[in-house]
Amino acid sequence: MLRFLVRRSLGAIVILLLISAFTFFLFFAAPRDPALLACGRNCGPDALAIIHKNMGLDQPVPVQYWHFMAGIFTGRDFAQGPCPAPCFGYSFATGDAVWNTIVDRFPITLSLTIGAAAVFLFVGLATGMLAAWKQGTLLDKLFSSASLVLSSMQIYFIGPIVLTLLVYNTNLLGQPKYVPITEDPVGWFMGLLIPWCVLSIIFTAQYTRMARSAMIEQLQEEHVRTARAKGMSAATVFFRYAWRGSLIPIVTIFGIDLGTLFGGAMITEVTFALPGLGTLSIESVLRTDLPTVMGVMLFAATFIILFNIIVDAAYALIDPRVRLA
Amino acid sequence: MTTLTKTEDAPVPAGPDPFLSVRDLHVRFSTEDGIVKAVDGLSFDLERGKTLGIVGESGSGKSVTNLAVLGLHNPKSAEITGEITLDGQELTGAREKTLEKLRGNKMAMIFQDALAALSPYYTVGRQIAEPFIKHTGASKREGRQRAIEMLTKVGIPQPNLRVDDYPHQFSGGMRQRAMIAMALVCNPALLIADEPTTALDVTVQAQILDLLKDLQQEFGSAIILITHDLGVVADTADDLLVMYAGRAVERGSVKEILTQPQHPYTWGLLSSMPRLSSDVNEALNPIPGAPPSLLDPPTGCAFHPRCGFVDQVGGASCTSERPPLALGRAAACHLNAEQKQTFFTEQIKPRLG
Repeated sequence: MLRFLVRRSLGAIVILLLISAFTFFLFFAAPRDPALLACGRNCGPDALAIIHKNMGLDQPVPVQYWHFMAGIFTGRDFAQGPCPAPCFGYSFATGDAVWNTIVDRFPITLSLTIGAAAVFLFVGLATGMLAAWKQGTLLDKLFSSASLVLSSMQIYFIGPIVLTLLVYNTNLLGQPKYVPITEDPVGWFMGLLIPWCVLSIIFTAQYTRMARSAMIEQLQEEHVRTARAKGMSAATVFFRYAWRGSLIPIVTIFGIDLGTLFGGAMITEVTFALPGLGTLSIESVLRTDLPTVMGVMLFAATFIILFNIIVDAAYALIDPRVRLA
Repeated sequence: MTTLTKTEDAPVPAGPDPFLSVRDLHVRFSTEDGIVKAVDGLSFDLERGKTLGIVGESGSGKSVTNLAVLGLHNPKSAEITGEITLDGQELTGAREKTLEKLRGNKMAMIFQDALAALSPYYTVGRQIAEPFIKHTGASKREGRQRAIEMLTKVGIPQPNLRVDDYPHQFSGGMRQRAMIAMALVCNPALLIADEPTTALDVTVQAQILDLLKDLQQEFGSAIILITHDLGVVADTADDLLVMYAGRAVERGSVKEILTQPQHPYTWGLLSSMPRLSSDVNEALNPIPGAPPSLLDPPTGCAFHPRCGFVDQVGGASCTSERPPLALGRAAACHLNAEQKQTFFTEQIKPRLG
């Protein structure tokens, strides 16, 4: 287990370095000068040069990259003042420290993604298993066709429809908003209910289908037949023997889906005007705000990789054959 | 004496009902291509303390029959008719709850491939203890003690440590022993062993068969031993049932069938078995042709397309009439008793060496 964690952590560092370098150099490949934005109208070449210098844009790109990366670990001094580690610099657009903005906005994205993951894992697995249990019946067919339809529903399509139906037309629910869970747990829950459901719809549909087919496959396994031959009840066979095995493909896909989930969270935040990391990253890309883009990118990537390692470690819990390997 | 070893003139068993009795069993599967008649009118009896060997090629319905006895076929895809009674209790059409109480308790099964048949997710001990806890109402701790006891009985070294191992940490032979321990944990009165030694090497094979024999002596269980290896049957079984295309073609005691076989299919099976005493240069005589499709089995005797003695039977009864198989010592063949005797002694026996 320790070796596994060390190996995965080293791999994660390499991936993060590659992501950071790629983002950084891609940014400078774009033919836009962030200093122009900060300079405003009537911007003379002298003023522009000063801003360039202040932003550190007068140095060669690899040197800038080095300073940026070193700053994350050691902190940096800027014209605006010192920036303690972890320093992602100051936003070109707003002048705020990027790290503070991220820390500020992260709880929104975290609430959104964890809530949505809980919804689709719970609902998806429950309906998928129910469909497998009732295989071939009307219920099974209903779930299967519903999941087929729902898995082609996009967030930006279904989001406004749900808003119109539940909020504007009927007032059943309030406008989606974020309230910190520490302040008002009920408000937190009610405010995020619509975003959770909308973000999880596609995933729920896919996990229903996946859980159904994984369960049906497991039910045909020989060891499941052995369990029946031992006199285990149908429920024990289903929920203990078949379910355990069906988790393995689901956990695999869940690990892969974490990145997609973050992408979905971005769209959801924009759809419902939630000021999370997704909204922040889109804003900062549009404003050519390099430090913020870099900060959000690295932060999100770190989290996705971290969760991936956790998911992989979860394998060992589910399948004892992985523990020794 | 089992009913199987009675002579042909007394086909109906006298006295009390046999422990396990299968009468006119049919198992049909609906598939896209049609109805597969996996078992087609099978009857046999088995007494306590006796071992019945069932031999036949792959797809002859051996495993399907025994899964039907345990009621493990999916009722949605398999249609089962006929009568199966265990100790006077009717099993066909019994409620699932009733069968659950019998399975693993009064009747248990040892499967062929222990690696696939044991769950990879739970420890060996837990899998052995589970039926014991369920059927006897024992506590978890008692279940674990029982699992250790069973592992000791089947000869697993250091059972109190190995009880917490997972199946993949066991060797092939040990897994098969664990499988046997699991089947025997409630001292079943009927034990069905589906090719229990096929996946094992020969030395381990002999150990496993000895183990089964010892356990039978201890508990007095009835055993059904499914195999396609006549060598295994010769050492272990009392009675023998030869199956072909979902039907029984010959039955009798092991000794009778191995020394005086009456059915041409059995002759073929024996001729295709290598013997130590025969000349190394002498070729084996496999049965020509391939097993028939069970979607559309041959008319009359299912074996007639591969049988070399069709011409010896008068008329066309081989292709038109299904030969009956009486209970007791019998063979389902249209040859008369004298012909069977003559052909075997003159043509087959010399080849067997």
